[in-house]
Amino acid sequence: MASKQFDIKSYTGFKSITLLCLAVLYAPLLVVTIYSFNASQSLTNWEGLSLRWYADVFTGPESAKFKSAAWNSFVIAIIAATLATTIATLAATAMVRGGKFRLRTVSFGLISLPLMVPEIVTAVATLIFFNAIGFDRGVMTILLAHIAFCIPFAYLPISARMQGIEDSYEQAALDLYATKRQAFTRILLPLMMPGIISGFLLAFIVSLDDFIITNFVKGAGVETLPTAIFGSVKQGIKPNIMAISTMLLGVSVVMVTISYLVGKSDNTK
Amino acid sequence: MAGGAASGGSANTDTYKEARTWLLLPAWVTLSILVLAPVGMMLVYSFLTKEFRGGVVWEFSFAAYDQFFCDRGLFGDEPCAIEWTYVTIFWRSIWQAAAATLLSLAIGFPTAYFIATRPERMRPVWVFLITIPYWVNLLIRTVSMKFLLRDQGPLNDALIGMGLIDSPLHIVNTNFAVQLGLFYSYLPFMVLPIYAAVERYNFSLSEAAADLYASKFTTLRRILLPAVKPGVIAGCILVFVPSMGSFLAPDLLGGAKNFMIGSLIEEQFKGNAGNWPFGAAASMILLTMVLILLMLFARQQAKAEKAEG
Repeated sequence: MASKQFDIKSYTGFKSITLLCLAVLYAPLLVVTIYSFNASQSLTNWEGLSLRWYADVFTGPESAKFKSAAWNSFVIAIIAATLATTIATLAATAMVRGGKFRLRTVSFGLISLPLMVPEIVTAVATLIFFNAIGFDRGVMTILLAHIAFCIPFAYLPISARMQGIEDSYEQAALDLYATKRQAFTRILLPLMMPGIISGFLLAFIVSLDDFIITNFVKGAGVETLPTAIFGSVKQGIKPNIMAISTMLLGVSVVMVTISYLVGKSDNTK
Repeated sequence: MAGGAASGGSANTDTYKEARTWLLLPAWVTLSILVLAPVGMMLVYSFLTKEFRGGVVWEFSFAAYDQFFCDRGLFGDEPCAIEWTYVTIFWRSIWQAAAATLLSLAIGFPTAYFIATRPERMRPVWVFLITIPYWVNLLIRTVSMKFLLRDQGPLNDALIGMGLIDSPLHIVNTNFAVQLGLFYSYLPFMVLPIYAAVERYNFSLSEAAADLYASKFTTLRRILLPAVKPGVIAGCILVFVPSMGSFLAPDLLGGAKNFMIGSLIEEQFKGNAGNWPFGAAASMILLTMVLILLMLFARQQAKAEKAEG
């Protein structure tokens, strides 16, 4: 049975296209990673393995700029992801375990709004908003914009997880005279942890990687890693950019992998 | 998802219905203040008078939209003739986004189909492989693409080294480079919905077609494609919408000749043009186009769901 069914399902060439697709997706990243270890001053020639551009990122002429940008990026990403995840977890509880209500569709639309509005429009709107209310642009404006933008990215894995957890566990707790608050904090939240961690990590990466919105709402002189990299790239791609890009790339890949592995684990068993 | 129905429990309940207003309040407040209100304010700004070097004067004006659509000659006192400059930029953005969507579909459909027909255990691994690059910083991905494709880049070196070409291919600063960049930016958005649709597809339908002597291609075209159409449309929308407003791919890979909406808008706020009301008006026009597209899509999906029963 297996072989016949397999035959009907498979089309010649689809496998090659899939492999081509993976090659296109990974080739640029691999090339940048490899060239970040190039000993040469020029981008074109390969002169052997070296860590000099990594050393350059930390001690070179641009190191002060990169350090403060990295500090801003990570602080903003941690705070924005924490707040977005909290807001998203509460919202998901209302949406999944709050019964049917009139504003449910509207609420879902509102939560997914940052995904539907083109990012450049969000960036323009946020800049105009802060200008209109007279809020000085700086780290704070970046942080506020990131919190809003990260909510749907945290919400989606969290609500998906909650839909996968039947309510019998909470019902059992309620039958044994737990209050609703206890059922939520002692039963639902621990069961939700993998989803919450996934959501947090995705929100963290989205904040860490954001360029367009940050570029609009950041104050003069305030940089995050992506805006600092963009500024350098505009003056030509240099090898130290390859090194810093490879490090940032590594952070993203590690985070997504953790998110994937945690999200896969099933703690209701 | 797993085992939920088997033991009689349900996930969508009203356990916390008394608290739901309080639970939703933080999300409502945050998103209303930081997304809804700003979009409203942007609409207001598009009808204000520009201040030179950025910002606005609080005086009602239709100038931004007038500048977008009307050509009033060198001294600005002639009757309105159609201004083609900005319409052309919008048209180019639509065209580029459409080309990128087609490219993503051509590569994404076979990929999604291939993944959906793997053994169940392996599917998440394939999906994971496709999505990893998406989570890498878009700026870094676009810069990497530029580095790979440029005249003295590794791709040209490799092709020349293999003797396939004599002089480097000029890919950077062409329309194709932008399309490739957009494809690279949003491919997972094409693959995931199609994958989900093919995974739900009942393959006994294909078997029935084959039993009735339909060729493989006919089966694909007449049976499978109509069944997974909602997934294909979802994928196309999800690639097309962000492509149209993208900034990084056209800016870094396209060069000055391949200007798109994103760059036009950016220039009004960050660059030398410095015309906020005009930037707000251009953003409103882009947003309106996107929302119309999404509404048509939602109606189509609702129809498809009804048809499914």
